[in-house]
Amino acid sequence: MLSDAETDALLLSLKVAFWSLLFALPVAVALGWVLARKEFRGKLLVNAFLTLPLVLPPVVTGFVLLILFGSQGWIGSWLKAWFDIEIAFRWTGAAVAAGVMAFPLIVRPIRLSFEAVDVRLEQAAATLGAGRWRRFATIALPLAMPGVLAGAVLGFAKALGEFGATITLVSNIPGETQTLALAVYALLQVPGEESAVLRLTLIAIAISVLAVVASEILARRARRGLSVDERIGDA
Amino acid sequence: MLDVDVRKRLGQTALDIRFESTGGVTALFGRSGAGKTSTVQMIAGLLNPDVGRIAVGGRVLFDSEAGIDIAAPQRRVGVVFQEGRLFPHLTVRRNLLYAKAAGSNGRYGGVVGMLGLEALLERKPASLSGGEQQRVAIGRALLSEPDILLMDEPLASLDAARKAEILPYIERLRDEAGLPVVYVSHQIDEVARLADRIVLLSDGTVAATGSVDDIFTRPDLMPLTGRFQAGAVLGARVAEQDAAGAMSRLAIPGGSLWVPSVPLPVGSTIRVRIRARDVSIALERPERVSIRNILPGTVRSVTESDGPFRTVAIDVADETGESLVAATVTANAVRDLALKPGVAVFALIKSVAMDRRSMALPPRDEIVT
Repeated sequence: MLSDAETDALLLSLKVAFWSLLFALPVAVALGWVLARKEFRGKLLVNAFLTLPLVLPPVVTGFVLLILFGSQGWIGSWLKAWFDIEIAFRWTGAAVAAGVMAFPLIVRPIRLSFEAVDVRLEQAAATLGAGRWRRFATIALPLAMPGVLAGAVLGFAKALGEFGATITLVSNIPGETQTLALAVYALLQVPGEESAVLRLTLIAIAISVLAVVASEILARRARRGLSVDERIGDA
Repeated sequence: MLDVDVRKRLGQTALDIRFESTGGVTALFGRSGAGKTSTVQMIAGLLNPDVGRIAVGGRVLFDSEAGIDIAAPQRRVGVVFQEGRLFPHLTVRRNLLYAKAAGSNGRYGGVVGMLGLEALLERKPASLSGGEQQRVAIGRALLSEPDILLMDEPLASLDAARKAEILPYIERLRDEAGLPVVYVSHQIDEVARLADRIVLLSDGTVAATGSVDDIFTRPDLMPLTGRFQAGAVLGARVAEQDAAGAMSRLAIPGGSLWVPSVPLPVGSTIRVRIRARDVSIALERPERVSIRNILPGTVRSVTESDGPFRTVAIDVADETGESLVAATVTANAVRDLALKPGVAVFALIKSVAMDRRSMALPPRDEIVT
């Protein structure tokens, strides 16, 4: 049904989205909590910086990443020296681009859901002997879980479809950096490949729908955990 | 036991709170804005005093001079908040066992039993009634093995029926757990029922401290204790049961009172609160009147205040002793009856006004008859 190249593109997209989320999510949870709970100098600046990937042309973001992560860049040369990880023109670079572009979308719902958690519950936990980490792990994080899930799904979907920054940072190399979106773009340049484009398009739509449905189910389950249980009938 | 001496500026109010408690139930009593909740938060470590010192049982929790400030989790101060603050994502059982000490100290079964929580353990807080939630909150605080328990208006968000349901549990807690309790409230009936001593707060400072009977009968404090809630709290003894009329006679120092039947044996000690607004004054003993309790006495003082009301304190005495009863009457009545200190009067108290909520078993250590 799918050609090898198309299967490669699909698997690569999933791999890139998975790894970008794996790194972006914990950072987003931490940052979301800090932004919701802490007042500090430069908070406005952090917020503005965080929104940059949303408002900059993706090509510009990709170019900035190229400067930072290229083999001569600050971070790129450091990663190469310490972990032997190459970013430019590799799938890892696609994951970096996807993660950076998705990050603002992941942080926002997480931050909002931390803001919605009643601080007074954490005070109550403190009087019961729970320290900072235990309060976070047992009260704030579980109560913010619907937002964390929403952010994760939104981020995953964004990472899956990222185009501009990715193609700028890692180019469009079949089997290495050619994700689904990049494959569609490449096929569109070739006359007579309309059916292949259509297949990939349908796959992209299917994955996105699945992701959104999954997030709805997860969020609903998380909400149910917070509210009335089934035995309310006897109350 | 508990030593508090703190100062804190909060916006426009300056708190300057000094009191100590030697155990039992100490009520922090005062109007909203008097500084009750801030005091509780400072003891619990949720709000830092600007300067001062807080110690529980000799253990210093906060001392601005010595630079001591033990964090809330290490203070071993249990708190029952007004709104319960149960963790909504955890079952009742897991709320109760939240404190690390809760599972291991062998008190779990006892606390669950004392508070009647067996049937609720697998439910989520949102499915509980307000009274049930507060019982769980009390159990959760008890199981954290605190050195002292702070209860910040635990009944304020409940209706009268829920209050009546939960008060007996707090009484059991006072009598069985042997834990010092600081009970914050602006409801005289709760405080009269539960507390040994009262710390009366007003505008961020301690206006008076003393026993329940003293504070609520002092006419000079009535503007603070609240005119409509004001009244005398008297120690009484069940003297006679009238089964046919479903009435009981209570002997108080200086007289006796007929009240709706008290389900206690003759000789039992009880604490009874007579609200000042339920007491009327007559210059002559009324004849052919429905009021059952007519106590002869002498006016001790008439408290001046703004508005149409005056509080008249009346000494009621006979060979058995004497009690102070307060009556809220209008300024016009004071004028027409020419009430002033030394005038002989009769205090008229409707039996109907003394319902179940006005009467309570006193703290155990006062039962010495």
